[in-house]
Amino acid sequence: MNIIHTNHNSSSSESISNRSFNKKIVKELRERITLSSQGGRPEVVTRHQERGKLLARDRIEELIDTDTPFLEFSPLAANGLYGDEVPSAGIVTGIGVVHNREVMIIANDATVKGGTYYPLTVKKHLRAQEVAQENNLPCIYLVDSGGAFLPMQDEVFPDKEHFGRIFYNQAQMSALGISQIAVVMGSCTAGGAYVPAMSDETIIVKEQGTIFLAGPPLVKAATGEEVNSEDLGGADVHTRKSGVADHYALNDSHAIEIARDIISNLNREPKFKLDVSEPEEPQYNPEELYEIIPEDSRQPYDVREVIARLVDGSKFHEFKANYGRTVVCGFAKIMGYPIGIIANNGVLFSESSLKSTHFIEMCCQRKIPLVFLQNIVGFMVGKDYEAGGIAKDGAKMVMAVSNAKVPKFTVIIGGSFGAGNYGMCGRAYQPRQLWMWPNARTSVMGGEQAADVLATIKQDQMAKQGKSLSKSQIKKVRDPILEKYELEGNPYYSTARLWDDGVIDPLDTRMILALGLSTSLNKPIDDSDFGVFRM
Amino acid sequence: MFKKILIANRGEIACRIIKACQEMKIKTVAIYSDIDSESPHVMMADESVEIGPANPSESYLNFDKVIGAAKETNSDAIHPGYGFLSENGEFAKFVADSGLIFIGPDPDTIRLMGDKAESKKMMIDAGVPTIPGSDGELSGNIDAIARGIGYPLMVKAAAGGGGKGMRVVSSPDDLESALEAAKNEARNSFGNDTIILEKFLENPRHIEVQILGDNFGNIIHLYERECSIQRRHQKIIEESPSPAINNKIRKMMGDAAIKAARVANYKNAGTVEFLYQNGEFYFLEMNTRLQVEHGVTEMVCGIDIVKWQIKIAYGMNLTLSQKDVKQRGHSIECRIYAEDPSRNFLPTPGIVHKMILPEGPGVRNDVGISEGQEVTSAYDPLLAKLVVWDSDRNSAIDRMDNALSNFVILGLITNQPFLRDIMQNKSFQKCSFSTGFIDEHYATWSYREIPTELMVAALLGSKSSSQEVQKLARDPYSPWSSKGGWRQGT
Repeated sequence: MNIIHTNHNSSSSESISNRSFNKKIVKELRERITLSSQGGRPEVVTRHQERGKLLARDRIEELIDTDTPFLEFSPLAANGLYGDEVPSAGIVTGIGVVHNREVMIIANDATVKGGTYYPLTVKKHLRAQEVAQENNLPCIYLVDSGGAFLPMQDEVFPDKEHFGRIFYNQAQMSALGISQIAVVMGSCTAGGAYVPAMSDETIIVKEQGTIFLAGPPLVKAATGEEVNSEDLGGADVHTRKSGVADHYALNDSHAIEIARDIISNLNREPKFKLDVSEPEEPQYNPEELYEIIPEDSRQPYDVREVIARLVDGSKFHEFKANYGRTVVCGFAKIMGYPIGIIANNGVLFSESSLKSTHFIEMCCQRKIPLVFLQNIVGFMVGKDYEAGGIAKDGAKMVMAVSNAKVPKFTVIIGGSFGAGNYGMCGRAYQPRQLWMWPNARTSVMGGEQAADVLATIKQDQMAKQGKSLSKSQIKKVRDPILEKYELEGNPYYSTARLWDDGVIDPLDTRMILALGLSTSLNKPIDDSDFGVFRM
Repeated sequence: MFKKILIANRGEIACRIIKACQEMKIKTVAIYSDIDSESPHVMMADESVEIGPANPSESYLNFDKVIGAAKETNSDAIHPGYGFLSENGEFAKFVADSGLIFIGPDPDTIRLMGDKAESKKMMIDAGVPTIPGSDGELSGNIDAIARGIGYPLMVKAAAGGGGKGMRVVSSPDDLESALEAAKNEARNSFGNDTIILEKFLENPRHIEVQILGDNFGNIIHLYERECSIQRRHQKIIEESPSPAINNKIRKMMGDAAIKAARVANYKNAGTVEFLYQNGEFYFLEMNTRLQVEHGVTEMVCGIDIVKWQIKIAYGMNLTLSQKDVKQRGHSIECRIYAEDPSRNFLPTPGIVHKMILPEGPGVRNDVGISEGQEVTSAYDPLLAKLVVWDSDRNSAIDRMDNALSNFVILGLITNQPFLRDIMQNKSFQKCSFSTGFIDEHYATWSYREIPTELMVAALLGSKSSSQEVQKLARDPYSPWSSKGGWRQGT
């Protein structure tokens, strides 16, 4: 395979300024993640530990195989929301290996608001379950939660994608043979009681874990009966009398040991076979990504420079290099796994859409996973392009992306605007995972364009009344729009709301994609059936 | 200067010569047999010509094919390296007759020095000390001649070299069978079964002197090399300077070597080999070519011998004078062979799956193999030469031991652990050894046994557990097992 030729010059002034910019934003990312990983307030954390309980992230460390990776999702969920008091949305989710088998781990963080479910906690929990279901991953719930956050019950309880969906998903997955394991390490009250109850196998920790539909205060209020938590729904009751739990654990560590044993006894199906080769580091130094990624997402650059620093040996077999050149398609390997890459190199024209559609169909035929590197301002607009059928060609790409059954991975490496986001496998198109670089921007259109559109509409309205807008009046219309788009297009705004699976250091992209690819092979790759392509 | 040189050789020496040519901006032509088509020397050269099947007599030793390749590529000169055609006077003449330049001495010098009996006679006449032995071709009462020289004695091929066709005989009863065996070997190896006898020295050292001579009668020496560490009469470790001799003997040896070279009308690089015992040295033979171990001299003298060979052959003056040549520090070479020291140095062909070369200050690797290459039994099993330099002998030994410990070849058995044992041998360290060193210390040698568990752990590169083994077997390249406790953003 050809090794990508580089034109990058590390000592150009542009490289130097890009490097300092990107290092700065990656540093900021790290600081944010470190901060949110600390969980609740220090005194709450101390109290938690004094009770002999492990912290959520420490539980995960003990659960996964020693010295193996953990791929955490959305550590910055709820960042900047709920008064910034719910770091990571009070729940830690991610993929790790237990007895060498990839599993989904969902762990409540009781140091954050007692582990109660805020709207984004629910969303994050459901997203983790979705990942588990898409990839056939056994789920291990490390439960330590007071249930729904009552003051926000209207946003947590009733709707389709709310609390109830958690148990629905457990039922669905159990039916699909995806094991559901609960480890009750704290309270599981009310609806929360259904997590262990709906699981295939459940462990409960002595004097820490409790499961009940109604806690002692509610029991007293309802029936006048006075009972303590342990007698009402402790480990003894549930493993000896009720049968709600199956295994009695002496403490957190013991419970985790039992959970590991359960995983080791699952019947393990062989993974889907890809033609995996020996991994190779990229020929070019991935650190140079910092010098390549421009500070302004509108600044054009050759995306092959990025590909060259992500793929094995910087080797890339490009498809239709001379046709529809604003999108780069081709085959490569990431840590040995074969992939098809679709990467933007400018605005999408009809030709680029057709080329991408062709390439997606090819990857589906060959059962090669797809990686989308998104940096897109949208589809080309204008009279000629509309007349040339850009809408139907864009639709072909969206049709292909929507129905591609190969594992899809999306990384937003720059801008993600408008329908380009759709064609390039945005969140709505079910990529197995979607990650953002800290320089990325997402919105329906660029802030400038949105401000211009709204200013033009306003001017037209005024013109009908025979009036016109002064420069300062135009500015008054534009400024708030620009500000809003800047705020909402920010990757931290996105990741706080789970529009993605996390903001990542560009240097971690290779590893994250490799872990995702390995994980995706737990589910066989189905044949893809496409709908009607508008010709 | 020459525009293009054909290297009539393979392996590390071909690579070594190509490097010198590259530095001199001379184009190079590699020749190769069909099994060598992807060998490093072919990859390194500017051009390459396939010259036939693996059997050397149909390729590397075939005059017509070698000259044909040189003509076809418009080469100016031929460098023969060592072995193969390097000491073949007929070939040197054939090269000259074809209008090309042979990088080496004149055909007559080669022929003369190739005849051990003739050359010895010549040295006796010139006053160079020689070992007592039979004069010229054996004839008449061999038994009496042998008694005259005295036992133990050495039976050797007149045309020989490299230990082939040599036998030590300690009593008259064994003489006849030894002669027979030596003749057979000589006939097979050199196509000439003339045999000579000479006194066998019990504990000699093998010390040789490097010389350089130009076409104008200037001859200098580049001091000596100690080459006593030999197995089956072939050197495996060489060093310079020799720790066995003092400056007085050093000077005497150097002078004798120049005398020998002068009487042989010697041009280009050559080596005068001596046996040394108890303050006396005897002319053994003269090698009319580049030696395998020339690297240690280069390290100590700071002179590139191969470049000088080329310049001299082109007709340039030897601008170095004897007083310009100084010995500085100490250099040691270890020859890494694909052979099994625990089974009498039996060649061990195989595929080189992985090779990691040591590096660092004062470490030089002359290598002729690459990863993925098959080492066959068709050629000499020399894989690489590891050469180190340091300020004194003890430091050089430490440096070599450490370099050897970082020398990795996976896929076939090599003598690397054996070489390390020698570096750690007290007698070697104290310079108390002769050519019998290996027989004396390592009559039986075996690879130290490594516990299976440790091997498994080492192969896995981490905690050994059934879990890890299972993981590797199932998914050998899984990112979950290759990157330790990876976390985002760390």
